[in-house]
Amino acid sequence: MAKIDESFVKVRNLKKYFQTGTAIPFLKSPPAVKAVENVSFDVFKGETLGVVGESGCGKSTVARLLIQLIKPDAGEIIIDGLAVEKRGGISTRDLRHRMQMVFQDSYATLNPRMPIEESIAFGPISNGKKPSEAMLKSKHVMDQVGLDPNIYLHRYPHELSGGQRQRVNIARALAMGPEVIILDEAVSALDKSVEAQVLNLLTDLKSDLKLTYIFISHDLNVVKYISDKVMVMYLGEVVEYGTVEEVYNTPKHPYTEALLASQPSMDPSRKLDTVPITGDPPNPINPPSGCKFHTRCPKVTDMCRTVNPNLQSTNVGNHLSACHLA
Amino acid sequence: MSANINKPRTYWQSVRSRLRRDPVTLSCAGIIIGIVLLSIFAPLIAPANPYDANMLNRLAPIGSPGYPLGADELGRDMLSRLIYGGRISLIMGLLPVFLALLIGASCGIIAGYVGGRTNMLIMRTMDIFYAFPSVMLAIAISGAIGAGIENGLLSLTLVFIPPITRVSESITVQIKSLDFIDAARATGASNSRIILSHIIVNALGPIFIYCTSLVSVSIIIASGLSFLGLGVSPPEADWGLMLSTLRQSIYVNPWVCALPGVMIFTTSLCFNLMSDGLRSAMDVKM
Amino acid sequence: MFVYFIKRLLYALPIAVGVTVFVFSLVYLGGDPLDAVLPDDATAADVQEIKEIYGFDKPLPVQYITWLGRAITGDFGTSIGTGQPVADEISRAIVNTLILAICSALTGFPFAVFLGTLAGYYHGQRADKIVSGFAITGVSVPHYWLAIVLVIVFSVELNILPSLGMGPGGSEDWTLDWAHAKHLILPVIGGSIISMGIIARSMRAAVAEILNQEFVRALRSKGLSESRIAYHVMKNALPSILGVVGLEIGSLMGGSILIETIFSWPGAGFLLNEAIFRRDLPVLQGTILVLAMFFVILNLIVDISQTFVDKRIIRT
Repeated sequence: MAKIDESFVKVRNLKKYFQTGTAIPFLKSPPAVKAVENVSFDVFKGETLGVVGESGCGKSTVARLLIQLIKPDAGEIIIDGLAVEKRGGISTRDLRHRMQMVFQDSYATLNPRMPIEESIAFGPISNGKKPSEAMLKSKHVMDQVGLDPNIYLHRYPHELSGGQRQRVNIARALAMGPEVIILDEAVSALDKSVEAQVLNLLTDLKSDLKLTYIFISHDLNVVKYISDKVMVMYLGEVVEYGTVEEVYNTPKHPYTEALLASQPSMDPSRKLDTVPITGDPPNPINPPSGCKFHTRCPKVTDMCRTVNPNLQSTNVGNHLSACHLA
Repeated sequence: MSANINKPRTYWQSVRSRLRRDPVTLSCAGIIIGIVLLSIFAPLIAPANPYDANMLNRLAPIGSPGYPLGADELGRDMLSRLIYGGRISLIMGLLPVFLALLIGASCGIIAGYVGGRTNMLIMRTMDIFYAFPSVMLAIAISGAIGAGIENGLLSLTLVFIPPITRVSESITVQIKSLDFIDAARATGASNSRIILSHIIVNALGPIFIYCTSLVSVSIIIASGLSFLGLGVSPPEADWGLMLSTLRQSIYVNPWVCALPGVMIFTTSLCFNLMSDGLRSAMDVKM
Repeated sequence: MFVYFIKRLLYALPIAVGVTVFVFSLVYLGGDPLDAVLPDDATAADVQEIKEIYGFDKPLPVQYITWLGRAITGDFGTSIGTGQPVADEISRAIVNTLILAICSALTGFPFAVFLGTLAGYYHGQRADKIVSGFAITGVSVPHYWLAIVLVIVFSVELNILPSLGMGPGGSEDWTLDWAHAKHLILPVIGGSIISMGIIARSMRAAVAEILNQEFVRALRSKGLSESRIAYHVMKNALPSILGVVGLEIGSLMGGSILIETIFSWPGAGFLLNEAIFRRDLPVLQGTILVLAMFFVILNLIVDISQTFVDKRIIRT
């Protein structure tokens, strides 16, 4: 049983490289995309961890590694004190009863040939529930997400709007009875008004069902609204971690500063006083030496070019930053 | 909010209504059903015994009394032989494709879903046979194992397994990359359940349509095998065999000799047109 | 790029080996090959002697290696029927089939490509419907029957084209003049009709899909002339054209047996036909092996040229 001050989900030194071609003996190995490099973080029970970063920073890969859709090359994932896929820990199968995921593309994640009812019931049935029980559960979770089961259960995905489909996806995740839900850009593709409704739904569900969320998004405002803690990623690494107030008000990493500064603002008096990010993101196949951000960092020093800084404490509570100058 | 009070249109209902508005496909289906019925009820419909030879009437022209479509080189009634011929020709066309579909689709879907070494093993083995053009492979296998209907069926089935496997694998790989498969995997379902519930449902449509386009090839190659003497043997009535035996007589009565080919052509054309029609009705891009 | 070429070569190698194993085992599929070579009144001593001559007394893998080794050096054995070295017969026959195939490809395929492109451009309109009608007819017609019909029309009824053989002087003395070309016309039409239909349909689908893509609209709005746009469309369609054309050339070579039988054209298919009926195993094996290797190499060439044309296709 996990101690009260121990995190519910603990990730240590997660690594994933993707091969770009097949290896031929005697020839140089094909280059690898270093998607996730040495990622560690904690998520406490009942809190929402936001994960932000630009496209290609590895946030979706981390999500898929957590739920074991992709197998990590190295590192540990521990949930409620149990290590995933390690002896004495928890199997992937059981993991998925405790952790579920809602994906970004609400249409593509539903089988176009299956009615909603079956899509939701698929998980429970595959895990041994009787079809009648699973159908009952489908009705129940549809109620929880605010869709009338009598109208929607027999519909097909193409007959629902984007917002409705995303509710279905949330219902599908709930049907497995998880304690942790990973939301991978779950609201990014929705219209703003619909997005607000779904975010409210998520907030209500969290308090009603005592859920823990990992909320991945590139939209800083949404993350600020829904998260308790936030983690910033760049090129496969975590560069900053802390509470939302700490990171948004007093960012300690130049990348976070630049991200926040480049947010368009409605306030005409707010002028940019930090240099926004210059240049293009480097190639994850051949990342820069030392600190991976050094090629675009306005505060770069010689040490930054050679030594990769670790994620370390910044003397403010649990606010961590991977910068030599923090 | 969509206020659809009526029961929603399922995918198959929309396919059916699209087909209903397609006269070409419907007529072809009608013609094929007609040919099938003729073949099944041949003993009741054919005017004469297809094996009855009468040398006095050999190569009687079309429209001769008692021989509405003429007589072949042994004096047998062409009309009856054409009707009876449909039996073997249709079986040689349809059965191999059906069997190859069962075997090839299973191999291809498994190879596509599981990936890795299994995929390599299955696909590389199929590649060996895929290196041969179909006609040649059929002839090589038939030439090796000998003539006869069963051998012909075996040979054709083997010929069609590799392309069906290839198409099934490619379709499965495409479906597998779709997000709803990831979502299904994330619920912890076993691979076999995912294949059965999600993959097959989505893959079978395109695979089936591909197979309908193979039927005409099968009929043509099967008749070709009989034409070369590698399929059915005399005195059976089979369109390909009839073409072959009548060929010597084209200088005597050319049009009677061309008749069996008309049947092969018609059947083949109808299957192809139906296949195209099905493809647009099911809105499949391949 | 060169590395990729090597990779594809290495990849084709096991397939080639697999093909040779298959061709080798063909002979055993039809029962004991011994029966084909034995005279009816063979005594036990004769049987043993023949076994030794042909090497049937050795274990299968050894027989395979010996056969393969000889084949690589060009020794395909001796024909049971004619007593001639198989290699000679095959090389003559293959050349004749190549003549037919190349003439079919050169005349028919560009035409089919053009028609298919036309249909793709006028997708849904009259031109498309006409071309598609012809194409689907071509694909559905049993080409050997069409050949017979052509013979009926042009040789029997009209008597303007010959129905047999390669022309005066046969295959030894072949040149491209009208006397010989006359003999080519009907076989070429019969042999290439199905391939032309397939190519036209593929081109139509490819061109229609490309024209639907965003970049074509972008090019038009930039003010590019239609012919320049057509050039871009063709460039994009090139990989799939190469694929289909390659496949169909292979089909021409491999499917030639039916057409050659009808026209008594002394090509590889004709040879194969005779070998099957005479149970002339060395010729059978040799011809199939040579044709099969031809296809493997053809596939490799198509594969590489596709990647050459469109770097995105690089397969792992």
